[in-house]
Amino acid sequence: MGAQKKRAAAAAAAARVSEDPDDLARQPLQAILLADSFTTKFRPITLERPKVLLPLVNVPMINYTLAWLEAAGVAEVFVFCCAHSKQVIDYLENSEWFSQPNFTVKTIESHNIISAGDALRLIYEQNVIHGDFVLISGDTVSNMSLTQALQEHKERKKKDNNAVMTMIIKKSKPSPITRQSRLGTDELFMAIDPNTKQLLYYEDKADHSKGTICLDKMLLAENPSISLHNDKQDCYIDICSPEVLSLFTDNFDYQHLRRHFVKGLLLDDIMGYKIFTHEIHSSYAARIDNYRSYDIVSKDIIQRWTYPYVPDVKFCGNRATKLERRGMYRALEIEQSRSAQVGSFTVIGYGTKIGSNSKISDSVIGEGCTIGSNVLIEGSYIWDNVIIEDGCELRHVIVCDGVIMKAGAVLKPGVVLSFKVVIGERFVVPAYSKVSLLQQPTVHDSDEELEYADNSSGTVEFSSIQGTADQSNGEMTSESSEAHKPKLGTGGVGYIWSICEGGQEEEWRHSVAPIPEDKLTELSEAMDDDQELVTQDRTALSTSGELISDSNASEGDDNEDSKDDSVYFEKEVEATFLRAVEENVKVDHVILEVNSLRLSYNMTSADCAGAVFYSMMKLAIKTPHSSASELQQNTANIITTWQKLLKSYLLEIDEEIEIILKFEEMCLESAKEFSPLFARILHILYDKDILQEDAILRWADEKEGADESDKVFVRQSEKFIQWLREASEEED
Amino acid sequence: MDFQVVVLAGGTSKKLVPLVSKEVPKALLPVANRPVLSYVLEQLELSNIKDLIVVVEGADAALCVGGWISAAYVDRLHVEVATVPEDVGTAGALRAIAHHLTAKDVLVVSGDLVSDVPPGAVTAAHRRHDAVVTAMICSVPVSGLSEAGSSGAKDKTKKPGRYNIIGMDPTKQFLLHIATGAELEKDTRIRKSILRAVGQMDIRADLMDAHMYAFNRSVLQEVLDQKDKFQSLKQDVLPYLVRSQLKSEILINGAPQGQQAKENGNDKVSYRILANASTPSFHELYALGPNGSAPVRRTHKCCVYIASNSKYCVRLNSIQAFMDINRDVIGEANHLSGYNFSAQNNIIHPSAELGSKTTVGPHCMLGEGSQMGDKCSVKRSVIGRHCRIGSNVKVVNSVVMNHVTIGDGCSIQGSVICSNAQLQERVALKDCQVLSLSTSVFLSLSSNEYL
Repeated sequence: MGAQKKRAAAAAAAARVSEDPDDLARQPLQAILLADSFTTKFRPITLERPKVLLPLVNVPMINYTLAWLEAAGVAEVFVFCCAHSKQVIDYLENSEWFSQPNFTVKTIESHNIISAGDALRLIYEQNVIHGDFVLISGDTVSNMSLTQALQEHKERKKKDNNAVMTMIIKKSKPSPITRQSRLGTDELFMAIDPNTKQLLYYEDKADHSKGTICLDKMLLAENPSISLHNDKQDCYIDICSPEVLSLFTDNFDYQHLRRHFVKGLLLDDIMGYKIFTHEIHSSYAARIDNYRSYDIVSKDIIQRWTYPYVPDVKFCGNRATKLERRGMYRALEIEQSRSAQVGSFTVIGYGTKIGSNSKISDSVIGEGCTIGSNVLIEGSYIWDNVIIEDGCELRHVIVCDGVIMKAGAVLKPGVVLSFKVVIGERFVVPAYSKVSLLQQPTVHDSDEELEYADNSSGTVEFSSIQGTADQSNGEMTSESSEAHKPKLGTGGVGYIWSICEGGQEEEWRHSVAPIPEDKLTELSEAMDDDQELVTQDRTALSTSGELISDSNASEGDDNEDSKDDSVYFEKEVEATFLRAVEENVKVDHVILEVNSLRLSYNMTSADCAGAVFYSMMKLAIKTPHSSASELQQNTANIITTWQKLLKSYLLEIDEEIEIILKFEEMCLESAKEFSPLFARILHILYDKDILQEDAILRWADEKEGADESDKVFVRQSEKFIQWLREASEEED
Repeated sequence: MDFQVVVLAGGTSKKLVPLVSKEVPKALLPVANRPVLSYVLEQLELSNIKDLIVVVEGADAALCVGGWISAAYVDRLHVEVATVPEDVGTAGALRAIAHHLTAKDVLVVSGDLVSDVPPGAVTAAHRRHDAVVTAMICSVPVSGLSEAGSSGAKDKTKKPGRYNIIGMDPTKQFLLHIATGAELEKDTRIRKSILRAVGQMDIRADLMDAHMYAFNRSVLQEVLDQKDKFQSLKQDVLPYLVRSQLKSEILINGAPQGQQAKENGNDKVSYRILANASTPSFHELYALGPNGSAPVRRTHKCCVYIASNSKYCVRLNSIQAFMDINRDVIGEANHLSGYNFSAQNNIIHPSAELGSKTTVGPHCMLGEGSQMGDKCSVKRSVIGRHCRIGSNVKVVNSVVMNHVTIGDGCSIQGSVICSNAQLQERVALKDCQVLSLSTSVFLSLSSNEYL
């Protein structure tokens, strides 16, 4: 029946498929461009301008993405704007993107969205996506051709309706020392089926404390061959089927595209949705995720890896620039002193002036900048209308629009100067500092998990900050400039953001500056230590007796788990019992409660009998008593009251023996007071029909061969046992 | 070649218990009427390896094996038979014969391997990379009986216990991860450190360790000395070497290193030259300091040699494998048997006598001096020497060893009948193993019973 239905469904699907090619030909390719990264990595710059509008080699990032989408054959792009949506929309309206033939750009605006998941849910509600679409964020630079990936995606989709997404990946081996890719993103571990290219495992945000990757055994049972990759980079370009949007709506807790959505699909084997990968080899694709990737992608653009999206080719919004020897790009109307040296791989923007004896190399200078004489600029990104006075030194820094550096100021590597900051004369800005006119938000939390929450507060905060920013745009409010003058030297304006705790040592990871040498040595030493620890663990284990440490270690864990379980179970039963005694709960109800505990801990009725008996004896010993006989009396009373409870677990002789053993154990360990009374209490239990003579005799038989020390209690009850034996013989 | 070869012939394996006995240790079990050990020895002979040490567990077994070898290979091979106590494990066996080992490298082969993979290829791969260990791996044999999809085949699929999970680098030269035995039942844990070093690791669950290893002798002996708990090459020594390849503990501590340096002064130089000539492997890159300075870490290489799919490679380590191998050697892998097949694709010894209307199908073997009555039918089976088989007997998918007497009207399917057994008339056997020593059977039995 079910099979028939399935077949019918398959047939229907096949019928649909056969029509598909025509449909697809008619269906224009759509794309969703997220103009918000929902992270705070580019702060403080992104407090004033959205990330997608930040200039990348003098062109706002979003232009690279849009230009690529157009070239890749996308017909309709929905730009989702959230933070600074007004700026993005204004920019797009004034750009030529709205007037392209065969390429429509539509904006969707929302202010209360805090994650990519929310954005996709909103787009789903608007019901604008009708077919396969490209999901991309507005900070991606690529020149790949989508044709093949799209083709593969569609073919897979035809064969298997569950293949909902194709991820674009590219080879890029992270440094084993820093454990991050050249783009400054964390190392990524993926498992891919080498034949079908299906993604089977995805782990970014690697937990460094864990030295191993754990592949589920089912995974290997289903796929005899798996490739594990540490040498791939996620390009964050996804080809998705429309189901992806509804999946986000169904799973309202999906926020992050990778951490929640991809992992959710990989773990969920009920729906069976599959993600595939497409590897690009010769073309370029990279996402600007942090300052380091900003630096690297800029260099790639200058070195023409992203052709045709390079400064001297007109694609959108870039001014005519000429390529000269040694990778030097110069726009028009540059005033350059004869003695100024402009080195290789440098871009100089329109209308920039460079004074005498200044040296510039490996840098990007924006439009309308004024650079004095004897200035040294190395590996830096200077945006538009920046004034750098004589004798300044800049190494590996980002300087935003309108910054003024007074004479002799020095920026150490990794510094970021946000918009319109003024650095005082001869002031040295320490490495990795971030300077902004805006004060650091008080709720600043670098913790990724809180980022969403943080971000929402960020946007709220933002509107309030906008006001101050506007004010400061006109002229600095006297108090703020005065209060912070000393911080940035004489005449300096702006706040140095304190690097949040914990982030301090991590700052170098994502900065524009190259990783310092000493850091590398330090790390590689740390790596050695790591390794040592791992091997030490193993050898320790393997010498301590067993052979394969890994399996044994986990086995040990398992044992501990079950041990823990039984301890918890005992405690729970005891608590239940005590409550029952205090509140005079009916015996039947107690039995019900203990039964439910038994089920939830997956225990046997022998365990229950043991635990109940243990609780009863515990109660007896806790009841105040002055002498042994009183204790015996207490015990007898308790046993009489609760015998029904105990009996309900004594189904067979085994459980009765369990009780005797438990009692023995208690007498030896936790409740030594009982030890002189052992025989008598045994007798009581016999009298109350809780223990049958068979059980007692068998227990005695079992103990026959035991050590002397184990036989203490058998000795003690010898007479009683003797009597039992005789009685049973008489009966016979 | 500076290689010594050790053949681990085992003793009386518990897994094969109804088939093996004091008189017939595992190494002498017949495969197409030849002891299984002869397949290994002949492969070695083909690779021009003529000096070997055969290690046998237990004195009785050693006597049998030694006797057979000296008779069969008297002037062809120079074989030393070494006896080790029973249950010492493969590592223990090597420990016991350590004083015999002197060459730079040691090739360790399991005596129950039926394969046409040239051992020379394994040793060459070992030498090429200057590895501490090179393991031969092959595809997991296609399960059970190929045509009779009986319970045997199902058993095989149900029991995944005997294969490995093997991780290799993309060039399939280096062994990066290996899981055996109990580890297979758990989730696979791959060390990130090695993955970082190599970038990509191919994990295969459809390959298995064929138990043919080339070891660097000094490394092997050092490991065996230091880790006196190690019992098995496959489960302890090999995984240990694989695990520690990026943080090598061998050749570092104590005397061996000093010796090594002195002894191999020249080798080191030539090794350097070799290493410079080829592109460095990830081991060498990993060993380098942060700025490409002199090596700061110690690594060693664990290599693999993957037998191509067209090669035959199965270990005789279970009764099912015994049946499979017997079937394959006279069937699809018949080049291994060394016999000439007739036009009917079978082997009938000239001295065998067949009654009238008796048919012997293709992929069958009938040994010297065996007699069959009238109207018998033999399909895909091996029948040993000097058997007496009555009339109207059917033998399908079975192995009948030597000197077996089978009465009229018997039907034998998927069974092993050991030497000297006697079957009375009209016995029907299905999936049985019949023990030797003149057991007389006059019952009908089915599925997996021993007698």
